[in-house]
Amino acid sequence: MNVGDVLTVLFTSLMAMVPIVLTSVGAAWSERAGVVSIGYEGVLLMSAFFGAIFAELAHNALVGLIGGILIGVLLGMLHGALTVYLKGDHVIPGIGINLLAMGVVPFGILAYWGTAGQHQLPHDAQMWHWKTPYGELSPMVFVTVLIAIVTWWVLFKTPLGLRVRSVGENPEAADALGINVEKYRFWSTVYGHALAGLGGAFMSVDWLGLVHKTMSGGRGFIALANMVFSGWNPLVSLIGGWLFGFFDALATWLAPKHIIPGQFILMLPYIMTIIIVAGIIGKARPPKWDGRPYKRE
Amino acid sequence: MKKSGSELFKSLNVRPFIESLIAIFVGFLIGAIVLLAFGYNPFEAYYWLFQGALGSTRGIASTLKYATPIMLTALTFAIGTRTGIFNIGAEGSFYFGAIAAVIFTNVWNNMLFGLVMGMLLGALWALPAAVLKVYRGVHEVISTIMLNWIGWFFVLWLIVGPYANPNDPNKTIRIPVEARLPEIGYGLSIAVIIAVIASLLTYFLLWHTTMGFGMRASGMNEKAARYAGMNPKMAVMWSFLIGGLLSGLGGAMKIMGEGPTYAISQGGANIYGFGFDGIGVALVGRNHPLGIILAAIFFGMLRAGTALMQAQAQVPLEIIKVIQGIIVITVAIPSLYDLIKKAIHRGAAQ
Repeated sequence: MNVGDVLTVLFTSLMAMVPIVLTSVGAAWSERAGVVSIGYEGVLLMSAFFGAIFAELAHNALVGLIGGILIGVLLGMLHGALTVYLKGDHVIPGIGINLLAMGVVPFGILAYWGTAGQHQLPHDAQMWHWKTPYGELSPMVFVTVLIAIVTWWVLFKTPLGLRVRSVGENPEAADALGINVEKYRFWSTVYGHALAGLGGAFMSVDWLGLVHKTMSGGRGFIALANMVFSGWNPLVSLIGGWLFGFFDALATWLAPKHIIPGQFILMLPYIMTIIIVAGIIGKARPPKWDGRPYKRE
Repeated sequence: MKKSGSELFKSLNVRPFIESLIAIFVGFLIGAIVLLAFGYNPFEAYYWLFQGALGSTRGIASTLKYATPIMLTALTFAIGTRTGIFNIGAEGSFYFGAIAAVIFTNVWNNMLFGLVMGMLLGALWALPAAVLKVYRGVHEVISTIMLNWIGWFFVLWLIVGPYANPNDPNKTIRIPVEARLPEIGYGLSIAVIIAVIASLLTYFLLWHTTMGFGMRASGMNEKAARYAGMNPKMAVMWSFLIGGLLSGLGGAMKIMGEGPTYAISQGGANIYGFGFDGIGVALVGRNHPLGIILAAIFFGMLRAGTALMQAQAQVPLEIIKVIQGIIVITVAIPSLYDLIKKAIHRGAAQ
């Protein structure tokens, strides 16, 4: 592995970082407010698909990214309505959204483009990249870093963030202080899913330039693992997200080299996720009311 | 008279049943809207769907054939939920059950040996998640999903590598003829009977044994169970292991009981997705083994009818997954029954 290879892996890792960091930052905000969702895998997949359609229709990748956010918002509203207002279980709607995505995307690719499983995006629907000899870099990498920093700042340094966190830590006290628990929880869920939606659309219209029926590849769950790893802190999740992006990139780089069977290399990010989560979990403490519906007495 | 009628109504607990029926209805309704949006005729699609699933003896056999593996993966999820965990790992255990059947029936040409090894490897693949949950507090949703992916790549490697069929690159080596499950007609093997028995045994275990009581008690209230002298950690362990065992059995029977290939096809196409479908079945069956038998047959119908639907109405078969997803989301709406009842009362009052 020479310097060029190192740079190639590093550039790819920065791109691979984006969907994971965006999703874990969003998930961290949502869980800080007390709403758990495991539907991000489906959000990533569906927003990748619909984002691509938006981008193609408008001949513009930015519209695709906004379309992805929109899909995230809609799914977040669905999840928020079920968990926050109807006081339902937090895990089951997520399972439903994941299952739905596994149907909607293959069906949509076939019904909309008439191809099975995969669709390549035309050039005018793809995001502009900086081209270097070692790989391409999207401006979204910087946007992602910025979003993580701003989200951290708002969550920990502003009154709004304090209210969001109080709703997840101690909703009774927050309620007593006149904070509308349901409202904060609902919109936090929407924000979390919106960021995942942006991450999903990034995969199709920006990073890979294609839609594939299994393109989320467990990233929604890896993002949740990263959120735990980062201690529900958007800033730390940048580091964790980059780490996962690195293993993702390393696997992609190593796979065609046939040093060891490709399947074992592709396992890497998932094995690392388990090891990291298993190693870190003793110290990690979720917000107290994370995943618990709050009913006013 | 009227009072006793309503008491019977309550004792039968038809409420979850009705809620699942409503969810199924909503699934089909939104599915129809999606079909319309993409320019298909939903009536035509649904007609051929049910024609394919129930219109002939072969169709019904096909429905039961598809119901078999998802009945078992649904039990995995249901046992998990009853013990208070979200075990998404049925998918991974299913792969290992399937590959174990291929490997071990070729080691010793014996049907029972293949099934047992399938169950054992299925349980083995569930063990890491159990250990991580009990001793490290790792959330099982994350660990089981990661194990599914790791298992997928591992089994994929076995399929293309050591166990690829040297005479046919499209599949693994076959299950030897003597180790295949006996057929009971129309391409249906005894696997369906074994799956129903497994459901009944699971019901018996959970509701009629001390161990099952302990498991359910731990799931309902871990602290109370501990105070009552039970061991919630062991309950979680058993829940994972029995769950893995059932999915492993499902994976083994999928390959040992389904002709004409009796092998895993390249890319794992015929072993993928049964764990995820099982989650839907478990939720529609309300995590009750008897409900699961019914729900699995319903999901089996959806699968069995797709071939005819695709051929006659040119509708991509993935629409079924869309409908399944919507059904699960609808099931997740709490007190759906009350919401509907209120709406009906309001409608009647006007």
